Amino acid sequence: MTGAEIVKTTYREAMRAAIREAMQRDDRVFLMGEDVGRYGGCFAVSMGLLEEFGSERIRDTPLSESAFVGAGIGAAMAGMRPIVEIMTVNFSLLALDQIMNNAATLLHMSGGQCSVPLVIRMTTGAGRQVAAQHSHSLEGWYTHIPGIKVLAPATLEDARGMLWTALQDPDPVLIFEHGSLYNLQGTLPADAGAVDIRAAAVRRAGTDITLITYGGTLGTTLTAADALAAEGIDAEVIDLRSLRPLDDKTITGSVAKTHRVVIVDEGWRTGSLAAEVSARIMEQAFWDLDAPVERVCGAEVPMPYPRHLEQAALPQAEAIAAAARQAVG
Amino acid sequence: MNRTAAKSAPPEAAHRRDLLRQMLLIRTFEDKCVELYSAGEIRGFVHLYIGEEAVATGVNQALTADDSIVSTYREHGHALARGMPLDSLMAEMFGKTTGCSRGRGGSMHLFDVSRRFYGGNAIVGGGLPLAVGVALADKLRGDQRVTACFFGDGAVAEGEFHECMNLAALWQLPVLFCCENNLYAMGTALERAQAQTDLALRAGSYGMPAWPVDGMDALAVEHAARSAAEAIREGGGPHFLELRTYRFRAHSMYDPELYRDKAEVEEWKKRDPIDLLAARMRDSGELSDADFQAMSDELTGEIDKAITAARAAPAEPVEDLTRFVYSPEQTS
Repeated sequence: MTGAEIVKTTYREAMRAAIREAMQRDDRVFLMGEDVGRYGGCFAVSMGLLEEFGSERIRDTPLSESAFVGAGIGAAMAGMRPIVEIMTVNFSLLALDQIMNNAATLLHMSGGQCSVPLVIRMTTGAGRQVAAQHSHSLEGWYTHIPGIKVLAPATLEDARGMLWTALQDPDPVLIFEHGSLYNLQGTLPADAGAVDIRAAAVRRAGTDITLITYGGTLGTTLTAADALAAEGIDAEVIDLRSLRPLDDKTITGSVAKTHRVVIVDEGWRTGSLAAEVSARIMEQAFWDLDAPVERVCGAEVPMPYPRHLEQAALPQAEAIAAAARQAVG
Repeated sequence: MNRTAAKSAPPEAAHRRDLLRQMLLIRTFEDKCVELYSAGEIRGFVHLYIGEEAVATGVNQALTADDSIVSTYREHGHALARGMPLDSLMAEMFGKTTGCSRGRGGSMHLFDVSRRFYGGNAIVGGGLPLAVGVALADKLRGDQRVTACFFGDGAVAEGEFHECMNLAALWQLPVLFCCENNLYAMGTALERAQAQTDLALRAGSYGMPAWPVDGMDALAVEHAARSAAEAIREGGGPHFLELRTYRFRAHSMYDPELYRDKAEVEEWKKRDPIDLLAARMRDSGELSDADFQAMSDELTGEIDKAITAARAAPAEPVEDLTRFVYSPEQTS
């Protein structure tokens, strides 16, 4: 990367660059989903790609999640490398049969014959006042399913680099893009490309407490870490990046150093990914802990429309800092 | 379509004998499955195809080794018609490592990717999107293949059916939709589940050629399937066959069959697809009772050999329990 030109970009543009690169490098790759073509993508991620690659490879679908996700699975099984876009995670439930009963299951059920090298991208999360059927963070549900991998790019680098690596994977990979991130601005080296999709990343090194998060709450968590620093609490921030499989080593390594943990997860608290991470820490690093593991999660409510209620339902920096203070005692 | 059938069909008498043998193989295999199930040697759900053999046998005549099949949980017949080895199928029934799915699938999940047999899918309607996807892959690559997708009348009530009819027709994908209408979705009769019971009419409403076929007559099924497959290969987009058939046995081995009349079953048995073809062959002097018996004995012998091999085959090691959840070199 040394010497490479640094360019200004956004999360949306980084994702688009990743799709473009995949389309250019591999003829088997195509993008399919609702309004990915003429409309340019519900979140404008695929804007311009139809003109560049044509309607065979940038494929608008009818509103039929089960059919086009299943078609992606079938095409992957038959040798293609589809990228299927689902507008939001709430809509993905219409395709849950295909994801769970086929994508995640075919390899095992066929005794290792039917691999499904499919990537499904979808938007997740709240913050845009789009109420109770467009706002949830259900990626934790998907992490329950053996046979799939679940990624949550939270940075420009990951938006740019995770897709290609996911497409090289012989198994189905789900990529969750938090809706609040698309306008995230920053810089990337002009030659930025594929990144590892196995390891968690330490986004801020610290010694007093570990704040574990992913996706849309990474920014909030870093804000909380800054506030804590002003109070003399040096927080380490871990971005999980891969939600399944989880990188236990990075988590327990940090806990061994800080002895205190707060997990931040926009998903509902009960049965959450935060609960799984907490259980793993208990199983693998119990004797390193100096305080109970704290969780800051989404309130257990279908997301309300008004801004003040929506914000009250989401993990906020102040709540994260308060949980950290509690753990530090 | 007559033109193609005449061009590519083998000499007629020998061909009819092949069809009869194929149907009898399926019947004998499943009769043995009943015995093995009753003896407790095979378990799980076993959905028998007995009575419907003309459908798999006839449709398969229209397919080449390059074509693909996506099937249901009632797929022993489709797998056998596809030419999957008896040993691998019987071993799968026993859950052995030599089974076509290494014993991990069982009766409902027979796979053979080398023969482009993409499985027994046990979610009703769940295989249709896969078939659409396999056909989409072929279309994108410019391959002239047909994907035959089998499903039952029950699937027509599922949303996935309608999504897939629309998508396949919209994108003009090379799918041969084979609806095995055996009149019952498990225990629910067609007219108790479907507002419009003319299934070909419903498929036709999506803008694809669709017609009903006598699913008890292997030659009629073959004729229809050849005609549809030829049109698909010529770029005619998806076609739909409503194959009117009947299962003579219960839905699965657990089913006490309280929902249908014994007289109805007996009435349909008069049109047993094997008897129907055998009678025609006897009438034209192509088949004697001794021929038929010899054929039956030979098939029974082959199946018995497969049973012996399956009994002796090793089971998957328990240490390998989580193998194939991810591809090699991957961990959860």
